[in-house]
Amino acid sequence: MPDTGYLPKEKIKDFLKELAQDAVVYAPCLEGETVTFRPFKEEGVLCLERPANASPKSILYPQSETLFAFEYKKDPEDHQKMSVELKADIDVPNMIIFAARPCDAKGFSIYDRVFIDTDTADPYYKKRRENTLIVTLGCAEPSPRCFCVAVGGGPAHKEGSDVMMTELEGGYFIEPITEKGKAILNKPMVEDGSSYLKGVQQVQTKARDAVKNPFATDKPPKISQELFDTDAFWEQALSKCVSCGACTYLCPTCYCFNITDEQASGKGERIRSWDACMFFHFTLEASTHNPRPTRFQRFKNRVGHKFVYYPEKYEGVIACCGCGRCIRYCPVSVDISEIVNNLKDGGQKQTAGSSKND
Amino acid sequence: MSTERLKEAVTRIFPDVETVISYQQGFDGIHATPCFITVPEQIDKLIWNPLCAQNLASYLPSIKKKVGVVVKGCDSRTIVQYLQEGLINRDKVVIIGVPCTGVVSVKKVLKEIGHQPVTDASFDGNGNIVIKTPRGEKTLAIANICPDKCTTCQYPTPLIYDHLIGDPIQSDKPKESVYQDVREFDAKTLEERKAYWEKELERCIRCYACRNACPMCICQDSCIAETREPHWISQKLSLQEKFMFHMIHALHLAGRCVECGECDRVCPMDIPVSKMKKKINAEMKELFNYETGVNPDDKPPMFTFNVDEVKIKEHKF
Repeated sequence: MPDTGYLPKEKIKDFLKELAQDAVVYAPCLEGETVTFRPFKEEGVLCLERPANASPKSILYPQSETLFAFEYKKDPEDHQKMSVELKADIDVPNMIIFAARPCDAKGFSIYDRVFIDTDTADPYYKKRRENTLIVTLGCAEPSPRCFCVAVGGGPAHKEGSDVMMTELEGGYFIEPITEKGKAILNKPMVEDGSSYLKGVQQVQTKARDAVKNPFATDKPPKISQELFDTDAFWEQALSKCVSCGACTYLCPTCYCFNITDEQASGKGERIRSWDACMFFHFTLEASTHNPRPTRFQRFKNRVGHKFVYYPEKYEGVIACCGCGRCIRYCPVSVDISEIVNNLKDGGQKQTAGSSKND
Repeated sequence: MSTERLKEAVTRIFPDVETVISYQQGFDGIHATPCFITVPEQIDKLIWNPLCAQNLASYLPSIKKKVGVVVKGCDSRTIVQYLQEGLINRDKVVIIGVPCTGVVSVKKVLKEIGHQPVTDASFDGNGNIVIKTPRGEKTLAIANICPDKCTTCQYPTPLIYDHLIGDPIQSDKPKESVYQDVREFDAKTLEERKAYWEKELERCIRCYACRNACPMCICQDSCIAETREPHWISQKLSLQEKFMFHMIHALHLAGRCVECGECDRVCPMDIPVSKMKKKINAEMKELFNYETGVNPDDKPPMFTFNVDEVKIKEHKF
């Protein structure tokens, strides 16, 4: 059996239908001008030309999920006594994320360290991760302001993926990455890919060369502790931030959450929902004290988490995959790559905004 | 109006203010970004061109010190509305007004250029923007890629200012055109409208960009969407909850929305959320003959109560 496959472009819908036989297949679909991951339906408009507006993280890590249901019950014998019944149901179908981008898949590997590779794995995320096949589509050309190559990734980076697809002129080259990914080569639409190997390398090299590195160095940036702790730096750079959650909610690597018990008449649900360090309430304490009352302090945390705290905890791995979404979709064009660039050891001390630097 | 004249004006007011909020070039040729000038040396970064779409007046209520701000005609309505509602102190704001013939909608540009990265962009002086991408060059008429609000703009010249840069411009758009889109949408059946909103709001990720960018969303950190006691809106992500949030947003803006379009501009999922607010504004106009952000001495209808409202029959016992 060949190690690689090839899927002619005209067979892609049949291929997705085939995959959908025994799994829920999420694919990037066009809705108006928005590209969104949706359960694949034949009438859906597949969009493989550019990355989805929002990363596919919500498929493995839903924006809101019920952790368990609870119900308080009175003891029929002794009304002073109450018991609580808990019901947790982690029922996850087999899923396939089709045409995630390498940055999206790398995002899942950032989550894996936090939610799986620890003493207290998160059963919800873990179950979804195990039941999901991630079929990644390498990027042929960069999107506005993406910078994966600067943070340890690349347009054909394999981390987090089970299968890597590379777009060629008439079809897609298919390369299984994990054991789980190999089964995809058995699908009837998939041909032998070995004769396409050389073309694939050319496409991947060209794509990699086209991605700009805003840090102008081969190594990931090292943040200057002194600048990082200078409030004036952040105030200057982030006066314009409106403190919304667009950057965090679109981000493939942001994973902070909130827990809410929603109950009525003695029963309810414990809900876990995404939170964003950009929001005032993120660090609001019960005493009403807020250690991060200003917008620039909150943004400092966003940069800190990705470029300082996470790397400290996980052997230098930067928790930013350089997808550029937070820059592209920011209401006021805050550019995290520029901020990090200015925070580098020996970086410029002033940061106010950018210049045309393409 | 040139960038140079804006720089001159900012230089002139600088001794009088601590910060001037203006525009500078963003991360590529089609993005401008707000800039907060705190020392005169930064003035050189300023730009003025049709990329300057953000409503900078939105920052004013959160700034306590004396501040200068650059506003277009549409943005000036925000300031007028703030004054009506007592949200800013007029003495603490120096307004640099700039007559505007229409700005660029980045979303519309991206649609035209197939969401390619922009390598360069320039204006040809004849109302066009020339955009270069790795796939080539494209010339787009600004009139075709402006936000919808510009196509019916009634106030190209700021309604309030201390310094006006350039000559005043009169609107050439018919007044009746302003709510034409609302009337067209109203003509659809209830089922059609419901289906429309279900489809659009399904994409909402509750990032609250529309809320945080909204100049009139003044609750901000105490928003009903996030309060826990009382817990008005569930943390569940159902369509109902999304709809609930957007309806609350729209209703809180009844007779207050200044139609700056920031909510539409900033939505990362391209949901036309301003449509709801505009519909309510159309009703306010019809019921109270009130237009937001036009006259600082007006009182927003929801801030007053008259037993006898001419157009509300229920009140006539």
